[in-house]
Amino acid sequence: MIRLENLTKHFGPAHNPFVAVDNVNLDLPTGEICVLLGPSGCGKTTTMKMINRLIQPTSGKVFIDGKDTGTVDAIELRRSIGYVIQQIGLFPNKTIEENICVVPDLLGWDRRKSRMRAKELLELVGLQPDLFLKRYPKELSGGQQQRVGVLRALAADPPVMLMDEPFGAIDPINREVIQEEFLKMQKTIRKTIIFVSHDLDEAVKMADRIAIFRGGKLEQYATPDDLLARPANSFIEDFLGSDRALKRLRLIPVRNAMQTDFITVQNSDSVESALERMRSSGSAAAFVLDAEGVPQSLLSAQVAGARSGAVADHAEPVKGAVPVSGDLRHAVSLMFAHDMPLLPCVDEGGRLAGVMSYRSIVHNLGHGETA
Amino acid sequence: MEIVRFIIDNLDIIGARAIEHISIVFLAVGIAVATAVPIGIAITQSKSTADTVLYLASMMITVPSIALFGLMIPLLSPIGHGIGYVPAVVAVVLYSQLPIIRNTYTAITNVDPALREAAKGMGMSTWQRLRQVEIPLAIPVIMAGVRTAVVMNIGVTAIAAYIGAGGLGTFISRGISQSDPRQLVTGALAVSLLAIAADLFLALVQRLLTSRGIQGDVTQ
Amino acid sequence: MSAPAILTTPPQERRRPALAPVLVLVVLAGAVAWLWSSGMAEEILTYSDDISYLAVQHLELVAWAGGLAILTAVPVGIVLSRPAFRAISEAAMQVFNIGSTVPTLAILALSMTLLGIGTVPAVFGLWAATLLPIVRNTYAGLRAVPPHLVEAATGMGMTPRQVLWRVELPNALFVIFGGIRTALAICVGSAPLVFLIGAGGLGELIFTGIALDELPMMMAGAIPTALIAVLVDFVFGQIQYHLVPRGINPLR
Repeated sequence: MIRLENLTKHFGPAHNPFVAVDNVNLDLPTGEICVLLGPSGCGKTTTMKMINRLIQPTSGKVFIDGKDTGTVDAIELRRSIGYVIQQIGLFPNKTIEENICVVPDLLGWDRRKSRMRAKELLELVGLQPDLFLKRYPKELSGGQQQRVGVLRALAADPPVMLMDEPFGAIDPINREVIQEEFLKMQKTIRKTIIFVSHDLDEAVKMADRIAIFRGGKLEQYATPDDLLARPANSFIEDFLGSDRALKRLRLIPVRNAMQTDFITVQNSDSVESALERMRSSGSAAAFVLDAEGVPQSLLSAQVAGARSGAVADHAEPVKGAVPVSGDLRHAVSLMFAHDMPLLPCVDEGGRLAGVMSYRSIVHNLGHGETA
Repeated sequence: MEIVRFIIDNLDIIGARAIEHISIVFLAVGIAVATAVPIGIAITQSKSTADTVLYLASMMITVPSIALFGLMIPLLSPIGHGIGYVPAVVAVVLYSQLPIIRNTYTAITNVDPALREAAKGMGMSTWQRLRQVEIPLAIPVIMAGVRTAVVMNIGVTAIAAYIGAGGLGTFISRGISQSDPRQLVTGALAVSLLAIAADLFLALVQRLLTSRGIQGDVTQ
Repeated sequence: MSAPAILTTPPQERRRPALAPVLVLVVLAGAVAWLWSSGMAEEILTYSDDISYLAVQHLELVAWAGGLAILTAVPVGIVLSRPAFRAISEAAMQVFNIGSTVPTLAILALSMTLLGIGTVPAVFGLWAATLLPIVRNTYAGLRAVPPHLVEAATGMGMTPRQVLWRVELPNALFVIFGGIRTALAICVGSAPLVFLIGAGGLGELIFTGIALDELPMMMAGAIPTALIAVLVDFVFGQIQYHLVPRGINPLR
């Protein structure tokens, strides 16, 4: 757990200081990622660097797992905290193996153990150890270097990591890939991470909690969904942008937003009876499933009301379905792409598990707003 | 033809003079490395000190060597070494300061701040940072400075023959005073070849001392 | 030969901070005080006629050799940097680099073997020693002009000659000046040696003083020689500082 207590940093003369960080309080539970977010010069990087004392706080304290870090020697403290910077900072004179082993070597680990560790870590991100261990940084692509930069921070298995815009120098496509990769890794390593970013999308994607800074002050500290749903003031509202509701789509799982009270009909049923069942259950559509439960076609209440005959003659084929493990952004995108106001939600086997409608999406987004 | 005969007949003396020559340069540049590299590192801490030190060293180097030898006579005479080996070594030490201090200083200050930040953030002490990151990265440029100093001072040492320091310059000084083109050409060729050979040899050393990971980045 | 093949790297670091000149003045004042109090100054001043005559000779030699070197080396550097010569230019620079490691005393000795004694072999030897840094910096400076500048100029319809005069040379000026300054330092530093091949100059007092173990005579040569060297470098530093436009002058 990381706790910042009244953390403050002044630069410049004592009588007329520039207040870079102003009395910041923040609690981050073990195993979570906290993204410090804000425009440049807002104090987010200074705050982070006070945690490993690259910048000495003017006042206030930093606790890691209940221990006041001010009582620990700065150099020892840094060795116990993983550190990743935007410029990557791999030492060009050292091989990949030596780079990964920097902190273990500083800590005096047994050589065989640290080299073993380097090998394991490379495997973890899919870089073949026998191919990469002896290479030098300049012989790697930007994305590979950034992966090694993260591995280097993980080498001594520190419980806490500081990441200063770690994916900022990578092109957008690779950034997405590395972010996903890192989140997947975080599921198993469960580090407590302070992550500095100026990119809202990245923050929403990576964070368990987001801390928004302005002028050295912590303006709001909340989960991404909370933040997007209930910005604390107009500055944050502006910062989040007018499309912040859309950004929330990614945060809401299909599973939570879909309606599960769908009804199913047979191809041979009459349209009238199908309509009757929809009305009585309040559903907007009825699905025709195959033997395995995979949706084949759907009949909407609107169509049913204007037609007569067999369901088979009027039902529209299902052109797309969203997996329940997906998020609302995925669902909306499929609805637009296939012009399907009603979208079936399916489980891993492709079986119908629920229905998504525009209304249920609006309801879910609105729910956060008013609650 | 006469000259070739002279060289062949006097190979042993030429060899002895060459060794004298090399020993002055080697000893003096050795001392200079031991002083100039630490100075070059130390002055990275303060820009104004660095400016001052570099200014003085660059002024030092503009003083013509024979004038410097002359000016050292009254200074070193009290300890009985106004002329000969000692002033030659002192002069070479002084002349070597600028190239080595300057290259060390430039190389260390040019180390990417991101690397310094990474090293610090991972918990390296100042000394560890110097030893593991900054000096290895600065080595090629420092060695280029050493190389310059050696080549330049092979020439300075040739002139030191006039203050009785021996070395290959002796052939030139005798050749001039005795109007003997054989000695003159022998001295000039030997000292030139020594300078060229030292330059190539140190280029090789420079390559060997440079980590493969930064090879080709520095051309100087 | 004292000076410094090393000044060939662009002399950005040779700044003029406030503290250093003060230190130098203090040392100089101390030296002057010592010279007066020991009576040495009076003895040195008995050579004042020789000093002024030889100093003029010294400067004339430097001016001839340096001037001719600039006039020959800059065009050679320009020619070597032209696309037509690109095939041989790198090899030529390699040869020049090796050539510039040859000590000036050796160059003067060889010059004497070829041309005998007197002013002509002296100027020739100094010229040869001065030449290479200027060629090298002119070439390097022109090659370092960003290709996009040349491309832009060509795209605007400049002839190759216009590109050279209006774009390449102005942008390479600082580096070329750096080479000239280095070269002059070598030229001035080597000038006392030309006495050895019968061309006079302040070296006459130094070498004779050492040979005769006549300390005041030696100092009468050494002090002005050192001062001239430092002054010439200073003056050219100033010229470089003020002549090269601010946009491309890293010192300003």
